[in-house]
Amino acid sequence: MNSAEIASWVIDAQKAFTAAKDLEELKSARLTHLGDKAPISLASRGLGALSPEEKASSGKLIGDAKGEISQALSVATAKLEADRDSKVLLEEVVDITLPVQRSHRGGLHPISIIRNEVSDFFIEQGFAVEEGPELESGWLNFDALNIPADHPARTMQDTFFIEPLDSGMVLRTQTSPVQIRTMLTQEPPIYMVCPGRTFRSDELDATHSPVFHQVEGLVIDKGITMAHLKGTLDNFARHMFGPDVTTRLRPSFFPFTEPSAEVDIYFNDRWIEWGGCGMVNPKVLTSCGIDADVYSGFAFGMGLERTLMVRHGITDMHDIVEGDIRFTRQFGVGL
Amino acid sequence: MRAPLSWIKEFVDIPASVTPQEISDALIRVGFEVEEIIEEGAGLTGPLVFAKVLSIEEITEFKKPIRYVGIDCAEAETRYVICGATNFAVGDNVVAALPGAVLPGAFKIGARETYGKTSNGMICSARELGIGEDHSGIMTFTDTDVVIGSDALEKMEINDVIFDIAINPDRGYALSIRGIAREIASALGLSYRDPVDALRSLTFTAAGQGVMAKIADPAAASIFYLRTMNNFDPAANTPLWMRRRIEKMGMRSISLVVDVTNYVMLELGQPLHAFDRSKIKGGLTIRRAGSAQDFTTLDGQIRTLDPDDLMVCDDEQPLALAGTMGGAFSEISASTTDIALEAVRFDPTAIAKNSRRHKLSSEASRRLERGVDPSLAEFASARFVQLLSENSTAQHVATSIAGEPKFSPTVQIDPTYISRVLGIDVPPKKIAEVLRTIGCDVEEKSFTIDPPSWRSDLLTAADFAEEVARMIGYDSIPSILPPRPLHASLTPVQKRRRAVASMLANRGFAEVQTFPFTNQETIDSMGFVGERAATYRIANPMSEEFPLMRVHLVPGLIEVAQRNISRGAKDFAIFEMGSIFRSSQKLQPFISPDLSKRPTDKVIAEIFASVPPQAYHVAGLLVGKVENEDWQGKPRAYTWQDAIAYAQDILQLCNFEWTVKRSDFAPWHPGRCAELIVDGKAVAHAGEIHPRILAKYGLPERSVAFAVGLSALPASDLVRPVRVGTMPAALQDVALIVNQSVSASDVESALRAGAGELLESITLFDRYDKLGDGKISLAFALVFRAPDRTLTGAEVTALRESAVAAAVAKTGAILRTA
Repeated sequence: MNSAEIASWVIDAQKAFTAAKDLEELKSARLTHLGDKAPISLASRGLGALSPEEKASSGKLIGDAKGEISQALSVATAKLEADRDSKVLLEEVVDITLPVQRSHRGGLHPISIIRNEVSDFFIEQGFAVEEGPELESGWLNFDALNIPADHPARTMQDTFFIEPLDSGMVLRTQTSPVQIRTMLTQEPPIYMVCPGRTFRSDELDATHSPVFHQVEGLVIDKGITMAHLKGTLDNFARHMFGPDVTTRLRPSFFPFTEPSAEVDIYFNDRWIEWGGCGMVNPKVLTSCGIDADVYSGFAFGMGLERTLMVRHGITDMHDIVEGDIRFTRQFGVGL
Repeated sequence: MRAPLSWIKEFVDIPASVTPQEISDALIRVGFEVEEIIEEGAGLTGPLVFAKVLSIEEITEFKKPIRYVGIDCAEAETRYVICGATNFAVGDNVVAALPGAVLPGAFKIGARETYGKTSNGMICSARELGIGEDHSGIMTFTDTDVVIGSDALEKMEINDVIFDIAINPDRGYALSIRGIAREIASALGLSYRDPVDALRSLTFTAAGQGVMAKIADPAAASIFYLRTMNNFDPAANTPLWMRRRIEKMGMRSISLVVDVTNYVMLELGQPLHAFDRSKIKGGLTIRRAGSAQDFTTLDGQIRTLDPDDLMVCDDEQPLALAGTMGGAFSEISASTTDIALEAVRFDPTAIAKNSRRHKLSSEASRRLERGVDPSLAEFASARFVQLLSENSTAQHVATSIAGEPKFSPTVQIDPTYISRVLGIDVPPKKIAEVLRTIGCDVEEKSFTIDPPSWRSDLLTAADFAEEVARMIGYDSIPSILPPRPLHASLTPVQKRRRAVASMLANRGFAEVQTFPFTNQETIDSMGFVGERAATYRIANPMSEEFPLMRVHLVPGLIEVAQRNISRGAKDFAIFEMGSIFRSSQKLQPFISPDLSKRPTDKVIAEIFASVPPQAYHVAGLLVGKVENEDWQGKPRAYTWQDAIAYAQDILQLCNFEWTVKRSDFAPWHPGRCAELIVDGKAVAHAGEIHPRILAKYGLPERSVAFAVGLSALPASDLVRPVRVGTMPAALQDVALIVNQSVSASDVESALRAGAGELLESITLFDRYDKLGDGKISLAFALVFRAPDRTLTGAEVTALRESAVAAAVAKTGAILRTA
């Protein structure tokens, strides 16, 4: 076998592969130049008949030539496949701007979202999240909170009473009975918040609902002062309304706190009443068996609907209570 | 409570440089919420003068009555104006806006041609002057009130600022100009004149026999002043200045005697009641109503008295519902000449009960139930005698006094307590100074405080801490974070609720929150019976339509779905989480332990146990198609399988194993409801809603729902995972023919049991129900895997045969061949 002949097979193959216009032509060129009947294959099979010396030299020549032909085939294949892809896949182009989302959009109710947000914030501050029943003992909802039966403070909150009236059961007017339950069952120090549903017999209108939500907080520890109350509220307000919000305490009256205050926030260029707060009335501590000479504490409470409405610019309570899916869906899961 | 600046200025020297806004800010700072600053007569400029009507010419050719009126304004010539009102006559005094005047609403008065005449000004109604709502006629005045031609703007104090202030229940003293003025003075550091000081020296001579005062129930009233007056001329009118002040306070002028009682109440805070003396038999006694009887209050209402009602009675009958409202029988009438004036320091609770029992909240009861200064019975009644004497012919006859004023006790406090509560250092000297400003006497050595007579609320150190805080300003307290625990976390139950809600929201459910109220009709139409239908009733519901507490979440979801459908929604999924209120226990009479100490553990346990358990559920309702219909085609509708799958997803999320069985359970379709059982307890139901309910509420056919009793679920165990097998799996399919009545889950569990531990999973991949003869075919794919080796063909065959044998034995299945 002469080397010139082998070189010509290589050149022929390279030419043929380069000349192939598509993968079909390349396939037949491959059969011709690399298939079983291709000269190089025949030569390769003929090696066995040669003497050991010839076998070694010719074998190397043929092996190298095969490698070159295969290399030329790979190059040609890669080129033709790329040509085919660019042509065929282009034909498969679609309008990827078509609307494809057809599943129902879900969402958490914004009150749930804000309740989670408040709970998470206070959890991070080391406060537990406590809960209590909505249908509640009047003693826990009023008496234990220093709101005696015939005190005008009771009529501050229009209460739903449960029959029979002598059971003293009410729909809780505030989440404060959870504070009492906590103080009756836990030893100080107590750091807790209690978000939950509350009830007052107010007509449903743009800003009121007979069923609404509050979050209250309670801290009982040694050396707790009104400055700690302010610090906690400032922190809370910044979390809910952003770093620029400022708070203001105004003297007020709640039977369960003394001193008492309303907390206002300055948000969107105006003062807005946000909630109530104060230092836990020592009478309440005493009723719960906490030594008022050793421990002091503060409590605060805000309406979640109000917080939501102020922060998100919601102008009508109806949207919050009617259950229209279009309202909930706008909030997603609150991220 | 309203407070006109002109009246406040009688008791406080407010420099002209202090603006109403600054006064309002000061009030807010010390704890009085100014809800509105009303600028009366804003935009009103003169000339506005008093005038006398000289002539009236009725012009009749127009649709409405028109008068051409000649008025005397103390000018050289009679002035003529056109007027549409007809409530006045020749000789009446009126107020006239002359050309050049501007009335509220930028209404310029000029000489103008109208109704064929020249109108040279305008005679005015209260509304036109912006001082009242009355537009039924023009304002008229008595001769004694006005000087013709004089400036009405000044005389009527039209330009005034009125503060509308919300008064907290602990500050009854501030339901008076006296109290508000004091707060403004101390908040702004101005000098204050107590109107009571001028009354202390007032004495009246006795001129006959008066009505005698008596307190039969000393717990209900401490001091009772009864002033008798006679010789009153019923024709006497309320002077203009007093009438104007009463109107500015939002009340109506009624008659001189009643107006004076109201005026004194507004000025000092002590409610007064005037009786027609001629109707009183014997003396006046404060006592309980006793045996039940009817009583007509002066609003004309007949009220059935409770034996415990506190009354003011003569020797024969009750004459007034004490501190709340007088009686019609003895009220001041147009012929009253002799008057008995009652001023009492009632017990606040007694009045609160009167008011509450009769649903009657009056100006008097609002003040008395908040506690009135005990010294005022004397001084306010004296002020009444003074004012009535000055403004009428009435004369003092006699004063009868029963009881004596009870003042709050002195309080000894530790002044360092105040610094400890407020978190700032307030020296005792400063505390004493502040407390003196609000009227306390302070003995600094022992720190004993004698609160002023009007502050019956100052009883404890905490009360004084608030007074100090509000006077030095809440803004002087710094903002410091408390020391706090390093760790807290949600409870497992709270985490689980959140996970369930998030899962549903992420899978296309919109969360809703409905009012937890329902009614019997809803409960009945849902098919709830027995303990699932029993609930608690609200004694005073928002509306009689929804007087009961809900027993299930699905009815609320149905109502919300209806609303969404009526607003155009077609395909959607909604869910709600919340409490339900089945009355599992009968409510017991309430327990009300003493508040001076912690109740015993036993009593606390009883109180907690008196509150019925309230189960916490999650429920979902799925309506229409599983996806929105669009260019990609028509999605399938929700089916019972979806509802059950979601209920199972919730159980799976909590890592439970459960079994499923068919259940006939309201409000579901009796043949298409699954009951999911965890630890032997039914914890969830799901399926198609009963077609009758869907029809009744107008929901699409085949709407489905699930409900899971979250509070009934046990705690989730810690996950202990099985090692993941890496050996090859062997797949085996089996098809079984069973009777239609056999449930797929029974066949599956039999296969599982028979297949043994090497079965990794089992999936029902085909169900064929067209075999006839009441038979169906169920085809399962079984995956076997050994942890340590490749299973041989023989082993796998044996396992499959064992599984089939179990199914044959348990469910009567026949292996389907080919």
